Amino acid sequence: MSSLSVSETAGIAQASADARVSIRVEDVSVTYRTSLEKKPTMKTTLLRLGRRERIVREIEALKHVNLEVRQGEVLGILGANGAGKSTLVRTMAGILPPTIGRVEVRGRVSTLLALGVGFNRELSGRENVTLGGLAAGLSRAQLRDKYDEIVEFAELEEFMDMPMNTYSSGMYGRLAFSVAVNMDPDILLIDEALSVGDAKFRKKSFKKMQELCAQDRTVVLVSHALGSIEELCDRAVWMHKGELQMEGEPDDVVHAYTKFLDVGEDALTMEDL
Amino acid sequence: MSTEIGTSPGDPELDARQAVVAPEHDEERQVEWKTEQHVYEPHRVGLPPLGPYVRELWRRREFAFELSRTTLRAQHFETAFGKLWLVLNPMLLAFVYFVLVDILRHGHRPHGYFAHLVAGIFLYYFFSGAVRESVKSVVGGGRLVLNTAFPRTLLPLSTVITAFWRFIPTFLIYIPIHLISGLPVNLATLWIIPIVLTIAFIAAGLAMFVAALQVYFRDVKSFMPYVLRLWLYASPVLWYPNEVPNHWEWILKANPIGGPMAAWSVVLQKGHAAPPVDMLTGLAWAVGLFVAGALFFMSREREFAVRL
Ligand SMILES: Nc1ncnc2c1ncn2[C@@H]1O[C@H](COP(=O)(O)OP(=O)(O)OP(=O)(O)O)[C@@H](O)[C@H]1O
Ligand SMILES: [Mg+2]
Repeated sequence: MSSLSVSETAGIAQASADARVSIRVEDVSVTYRTSLEKKPTMKTTLLRLGRRERIVREIEALKHVNLEVRQGEVLGILGANGAGKSTLVRTMAGILPPTIGRVEVRGRVSTLLALGVGFNRELSGRENVTLGGLAAGLSRAQLRDKYDEIVEFAELEEFMDMPMNTYSSGMYGRLAFSVAVNMDPDILLIDEALSVGDAKFRKKSFKKMQELCAQDRTVVLVSHALGSIEELCDRAVWMHKGELQMEGEPDDVVHAYTKFLDVGEDALTMEDL
Repeated sequence: MSTEIGTSPGDPELDARQAVVAPEHDEERQVEWKTEQHVYEPHRVGLPPLGPYVRELWRRREFAFELSRTTLRAQHFETAFGKLWLVLNPMLLAFVYFVLVDILRHGHRPHGYFAHLVAGIFLYYFFSGAVRESVKSVVGGGRLVLNTAFPRTLLPLSTVITAFWRFIPTFLIYIPIHLISGLPVNLATLWIIPIVLTIAFIAAGLAMFVAALQVYFRDVKSFMPYVLRLWLYASPVLWYPNEVPNHWEWILKANPIGGPMAAWSVVLQKGHAAPPVDMLTGLAWAVGLFVAGALFFMSREREFAVRL
């Protein structure tokens, strides 16, 4: 193996470009197998046994995706609903194992996936932050250090000891955002969570994101807010039906994507996309 | 900043790099990189690589303890009344069974029967509490399971820890009952430690099994009360292990906690060492169920995130 370099000493870093990859997704496919039942029970399984019908559907959410995210890079992922963006990010986080392929991640990951860093609504904000942090692999000491920052950033001091089902959805999102960005991760995975809270908090969280993106930190950002992708990201990929449709400069990708949205599906066959 | 061992020391480029940063920071970074490197691949037999899995499990053990502490706090375990409440239910049950058995035996109950009954019910409650609560552990994990990657076995294992904490006050209540009944306390009494441990491992194995099963069959939870009630009757709690007629002996043998529960009674009632046969069958069950439960759970756990 070659050396791992995390410093900004650019010249040297060039020499070990390979080692500076934070996330490597190699030929990854993810297939969901879902039963069509709402709530699978033993009873219905037994009752169905005689009929020998299988009510499982397979959905190929990712199809042979190859992707590399370099150390310190901010990658934006955009695409239509159901394109597989969340699936890709969950695979990077190690929550969903790939059906085929291999994912390699270097660094401590913090996830902010579709609003919620593992929150149980019956527990208080404080308990949730503690449990979420410990589950994510932080030590108690690290958590103690971060706790005040998290609360302060979320501006929820007086709510921390109340059960989270008393929170408004904005407050909920604010805490989730604050936890994810204050965990001081090497790699930050964010799935549609920039637009939480009120206007003031949004501004604040956007500023925080700019700050994090400017640092030597790997960020993967899934968003339907094309503006923030253009502004925050170094590179963007556009996903379409489980495949990487396009990869490149954020401006170009966003441009192509919006054009696609206007023109519709047929445009995919056009060369100049 | 960080370099791998094995690069030639004379490498000028390397030397230049090392000059940039302080060496102690360098080492720290290196360790961090090492421990924080993950590879996610499809697992061949459905099992994650065991070594890293167990290491990660151990590293995050604090989570299981904290989860258990949080659960207990929600049940007001830390107050005196909370603990009393915990003891009340099994005590009432013990009284009911006591009267019932006394009637059935026409008042001819052996010396120390009440203590036997209470001790048995308390230990059984540890076992059944762990198994019953664990059913909900994964399905109730909700967003934590959906959004964080961590060894899921921590969830059912945490319920075993919770059940153990709930067992402690009940055992303290048992001590005066034991003494008033004039039952012996001696060196052999220490056998209760391996007995409780054996029960804990059996409970943990089953806890993992039912927690995973509940993800696939959401009605497992509703079967549990019946199963656990029958299991109580099949264990030497209401009856003495040495009183079992020959043609029912198989129940005791087929019951994983039969051995340890029988030993529990022998140790507490007679002050004898635990019978080796009981302890060995209990140990065999404990190892078998724990390994089977863990393997089943781990082979399934990567699917949990898409099935909740
Ligand atoms: N838990 C699941 N079980 C079965 N299929 C799923 C599951 N989650 C997602 N899918 C399917 O996988 C595909 C990709 O979903 P995914 O959530 O990754 O899309 P997305 O790009 O994040 O969409 P959105 O923009 O709406 O968040 C979809 O077709 C969806 O139906
Ligand atoms: Mg999504």
